Parts: sequence; C-alpha cells; structure tokens
Amino acid sequence: MNNIYLRDIFRGIVTDNPTFRLVLGMCPVLAITTFMINGLGMGVATAAVLICSNVVISSLRRFIPEQVRIPCFIVIIASFVTIIEMLLKAFQPNLYEALGVFIPLIVVNCIILGRAEAFASKQPVLRSLFDGIGIGLGFTIALLIISTLREVIGSGTILAETAAVTQLFGPNFEPMRLFALPPGAFILLGLLLGGMNFIFKRLNVK
Amino acid sequence: MEKLLSIIFIYILVDNFVLQRFFGICPFVGVSRKMETAVGMSMAVVFVMALATLATWLVYTYVLDPLGLHYLQIVAFILIIAALVQLVETVLRKISPTLYQGLGIFLPLITTNCAVLAVALLAVQEEFTLVEAVVFGIAAAIGFSLALLIMAGIRERLEFAKIPRPLQGTAITLITAGILSLAFMGFKGMLSL
Repeated sequence: MNNIYLRDIFRGIVTDNPTFRLVLGMCPVLAITTFMINGLGMGVATAAVLICSNVVISSLRRFIPEQVRIPCFIVIIASFVTIIEMLLKAFQPNLYEALGVFIPLIVVNCIILGRAEAFASKQPVLRSLFDGIGIGLGFTIALLIISTLREVIGSGTILAETAAVTQLFGPNFEPMRLFALPPGAFILLGLLLGGMNFIFKRLNVK
Repeated sequence: MEKLLSIIFIYILVDNFVLQRFFGICPFVGVSRKMETAVGMSMAVVFVMALATLATWLVYTYVLDPLGLHYLQIVAFILIIAALVQLVETVLRKISPTLYQGLGIFLPLITTNCAVLAVALLAVQEEFTLVEAVVFGIAAAIGFSLALLIMAGIRERLEFAKIPRPLQGTAITLITAGILSLAFMGFKGMLSL
C-alpha cells in the first residue's frame, strides 16, 4: 500500500526527474541559478505550486469538462502562483527581488501543466499529492545541484546572500565569471545532461 | 523615436530573449530541429507576441490598474494570452487556410511559451507606453526568432557531425546555445534604456 506512494516519489526524483530526464521547464533552471539561495527558493516555490495544483486538479477531475480542461488547469495554477508571489513579497523580499519576473512565470512552467494533464487529471488525490512531492523534490534537487556548481565556480562563494560562509577559496582565488553569466548556464546544463545520460545508460535505467 | 530604436536594438541583440534572458527555452530546444518548422514557429511567435502585448497592456492600463486589481495580473494575463491564441487560430483557419497550414500546429504551443507572458509582464513593469510596449513585443519576438533560426541552421549541420553518444540531443543543443550566447555577449553594454 505504502509502496506505490514511495515509488511515485522515487520516480519524480530519479527516473522521471523533470530537469535531467524529462528536460522540461528549463527557463528557471538556466536563469535564476546564479546563487544557491535563489535556486532553493525557486525550487521550493515551484514545488509548492505543483503540489497544491496537483491536489486541487485531482480532486476536481470529475467536475472539469474535457473540452475546457486546459484553461481550467491554467486558472488553478495561476491562482496558486499569485498566492506564492504574495507570500514571497511579504516574507522574503530579497528572494522576491532576485527571482523577479520568474515567479509569475511559474504559471507557464511546462512541468506543472504537464503533471496536471498527464497525472493529476487521471489519478486519485493521494497519488497526485505524492507525485507532486516527488516531482517537486526532483526539480528542487536539480536546481540546487546547478546553482551550487554555478555559485562555487562562478563566484567562489557558497550561500552568499545569507549570513553564513562566503569566500570559499581565500583572497587569491579568481572566480570563473563565465559560469555566473548566461553562456555558463547553457554549457554547464548541457554537460550535466550528458553526464546524467552516461550514468543512466550505465545503470541501465530505461 | 530614440527610445523606440533603442528598444528594438536592445531586445534583438543586446538583451536577446533566449540567449541572454532565458525566456522560451522549451520551444527553442523543441522546434529548432528543422529550418522549416523554425520559420513557422518564428512567424507565429512574432504575430502572437505583438497582439498579446497590445491586449495585455490595454487590459492592464484601462481595467486592472484603475480598479486596483493588480493581484489579478497573472491570472488575467495568462487567460488573455490563451484566449488570444485560440482566437487567432480560429480566425486564421477561416480567413487564410494557407497561413493556417503553416502556423496552425505551432499556435497551441505558444500558450505555454513563457516568452509571451514575460513580454506582457515586463512591458507593464518597465512602464512602457502603448507604442513602446508593442514595439518591445515585436523586438523581443524577432530576437527570439533570430536565436531560433540560427540554432536551426546549426542543428541541421549537427545531424551529420559525430557527437559523443551521451551528449546527443538536448545536451549538445544546450552547449551550442552556450557558445551562441557567448557570441551575443559581445553586444553587452552597447546600449541600455
């Protein structure tokens, strides 16, 4: 009984990881991952919207008419994004500034609409909840990996925006600025995807 | 006039929507495999983005702003864009079947192209006037098309290249986009608003 839910979570994080396996919702993955804290914030915000929208869409799945389902999904998703935007603006103003226009753009993140269409509109509420948690965690982990690498290589710091540790390598270190700039994001993500393909091939995961 | 020209220049080259700002990566990776589809997608995007900026700007300035309904911005904009895309599709099918044949399959995809929503949101945020907003929408769309067409040209040649197996597909596309983005960084700092 428990197994099916655990499998949903595992699938979201590893075999169906939205960033590394499905390659969906790439805009925030490339754009806001210059600092670890931004990556984490974006991941949590997207996961929260995904979990809420999955649960609501799944519980309304018998009432939404087939023909107008996409607009219905979008309105539900947009409402949750508005809530998240207001919460961030009120309690995390720095993060809100850093993420900027990418917070409202969570609405058009293909991951969320994709899960609504492919999973939540067909499956029971509880499974949709765990699917949301799994995919949300997978997305957050992917953002964390990329933003950590970009911050360490591109700025030579870790968690720079918070009070914790800053300069990692001492004063003589010259960070590779390219990785904090747009080209570095593309190249790093391309190499990571290649690495993941290699690993999954070796492990023989479908 | 000066401002309009700089908006055009900035959003086509300096602040290219795909390569510098990361809007619309999904269609950029998804439809850049063939030149033909890239051309179709580009035309559809220019068309929809100009209309979408016009419609959302009008709704924001004359409905949402005077009534103090700013919190409805996201919901209103995405609904306008979705409705607009549907409308354009229906009208095109009736008026110009040939154009519909060309653009048809790309139109539904545009609803989830984040560049369109981004243009609408940024036009309001930057406090552009109506003309500036529409010009901004068209310039951003041309910038998107430019990146898409360059990419499609490169990918058609990549088909014949020997690429390491793990890097085939999206991975090599992203690395190529990185190098393109590096080239576009040459324009950085030339102009700003």
